[in-house]
Amino acid sequence: MNSTTSTPRISLGPNQYYWSHDDLKQFYDSIAESPVDIVYLGETVCSKRRTFRFDDWIATAEKLTEAGKEVVLSSMALLEAESELKMLRRICKNALFMVEANDMAAVQFLSAAKLPFVTGPTVNIYNARTLRVLAEAGLVRWVAPVELSREALKAVLAEVPAGVETEVFAYGRLPLAMSARCYTARAHNLPKDDCQYRCLDYPDGLTLRTKEGEAFLAINGIQTQSAQTQNLFAEMEDIKSLGIEVVRISPQSHHTVNVIKAFRRAIDGDAVDVDALQEMMPVGPCDGYWHGRPGMQIG
Amino acid sequence: MQLICPAGNLPSLKAAVDEGADAVYLGFKDDTNARNFAGLNFNDRTLEQGIQYAQQRGRQIYIALNTYPQPNGWPRWQQAVDCAAQLNVDALIAADIGVLDYASSTYPDLPLHLSVQGSATNYEALTFYHERFGVQRAVLPRVLSMSQVAHVTENSPLKIEVFGFGSLCVMVEGRCLLSSYAAGQSPNTHGCCSPAAEVRYSETPQGLETRLGSVLVDRVGAGETTGYPTICKGRYEANGNTYYAMEEPTSLNTLDLLPQLQAAGVAAIKIEGRQRSPAYVKQVTRVWRAALDACKNDPGAYAPRPEWMAALGSVSEGQQTTLGAYHRNWQ
Repeated sequence: MNSTTSTPRISLGPNQYYWSHDDLKQFYDSIAESPVDIVYLGETVCSKRRTFRFDDWIATAEKLTEAGKEVVLSSMALLEAESELKMLRRICKNALFMVEANDMAAVQFLSAAKLPFVTGPTVNIYNARTLRVLAEAGLVRWVAPVELSREALKAVLAEVPAGVETEVFAYGRLPLAMSARCYTARAHNLPKDDCQYRCLDYPDGLTLRTKEGEAFLAINGIQTQSAQTQNLFAEMEDIKSLGIEVVRISPQSHHTVNVIKAFRRAIDGDAVDVDALQEMMPVGPCDGYWHGRPGMQIG
Repeated sequence: MQLICPAGNLPSLKAAVDEGADAVYLGFKDDTNARNFAGLNFNDRTLEQGIQYAQQRGRQIYIALNTYPQPNGWPRWQQAVDCAAQLNVDALIAADIGVLDYASSTYPDLPLHLSVQGSATNYEALTFYHERFGVQRAVLPRVLSMSQVAHVTENSPLKIEVFGFGSLCVMVEGRCLLSSYAAGQSPNTHGCCSPAAEVRYSETPQGLETRLGSVLVDRVGAGETTGYPTICKGRYEANGNTYYAMEEPTSLNTLDLLPQLQAAGVAAIKIEGRQRSPAYVKQVTRVWRAALDACKNDPGAYAPRPEWMAALGSVSEGQQTTLGAYHRNWQ
């Protein structure tokens, strides 16, 4: 039973987009100086994205560790090719950092190696029995699926196994779906195997609008995201009272450090300019899932 | 290769058995399965009749229990597992780790299949389900290429079933939340993609509009047709172009690939469409039975016959079919 009020730590989720080597380097330099507690590093969306190689991620991880951050290496969510499994094994076998499994392949590999692990939002944990099985396999922290409501989460938390921490996706464009197809390549009439790395042109994803002009989704290579930015900022007191240990902020190309600072102030109980936070979003906010409603809704 | 056919009601089940399905898969009348639509699926009585009908004729019945229970629903999922076990079904098709754990520990003799909703696209993931719960067979998501299917089949510790025909999910099954993002219910949580109560069709001066929740999925002009609005098959604007940003409304049809699937060691071909009519089940089962028999007898001489393709084309969504991801020769 997890009933005590917590002071959540802040995590920075894996960068979901494709940025240049210099932009990634600059970004994580700024993160080292920011008031974030945990940083998830690595490519989770597309194995063709290689501006940062494995060694770059490890070097970044070491720098962030020196800056006092807890570092977790994230792994791919959709694993199809043997080359992708090979990279997964390499990540899992790193001797220094814990790994975030975003597919059951990583869970299998890490549990067989008797290594502790985190599960990301694309590992389907909807109930306490699932959580228990994975805890026995080595799970020490789970990111709740983004469509799980506050009420469902509360019920799972009532039976959370000892030693397992809970993390919620508190800020960012929501990862909603994955495909074998690349929608960014499709938007440019390019085949996926000759995508010309067009994702580099969309550092926060490419917004899709309905025929009546409503911003609805964002495409990011093979991933489909929400156009709206999920923002649980206003729920901070509730998150604390539920005993949730970690709140995740998902990287965006601008303002990420300011978002982290705003969450830090909110956790500390200091005043925050909510309007300023909204202006940092590519399109606007949503928080429907938390309230048990369609994810795109607000309030 | 076995032929696994869908049934949303007793007449469909009988049609599938009569036309030569090796197994029929179906679900209970609630959100414990991924085709939770009004007027569809089985209660205890119809299920008992269906099982009797199939098993007397030497065919199998699989129960799909392939959604993800949340804490308040857990007792119903548990009850559904109990019911399937007591009815002596030939296999339970599940996705949720908790459900698989309950089923394997409570009914060790009940054969388990991993649903496509389990979202396992590689043999490492499949090994997890095999080692932990003794899962015997898995249905692969419709995102793998033919060579990837062959690779998974070769390296997997369990048998592989693939989709051969029907509506095409372009997203990885079990990890698509587009429906709940727009309308609050998803295949994972409620067993439905685009809940019918949230679907609206309206004639407007600009054309026929289809909506899911508040979202305009598409608007078609005179002479254009429109299907059931799922988010992935809508038309949206990006960079000034309005187009099918994810998927054109087509159906999957892998009749062309049967010899390759057979050579790869795939154990079973699954037909999608528990929400479709008994006439669809009858038509599709008949064609696939003939095709599988022809391929088994002489794979070298096998070729899809024009009348098979015509028969399948006539019941396909958008009247067009595609090989889906199977034809990709790239990653």
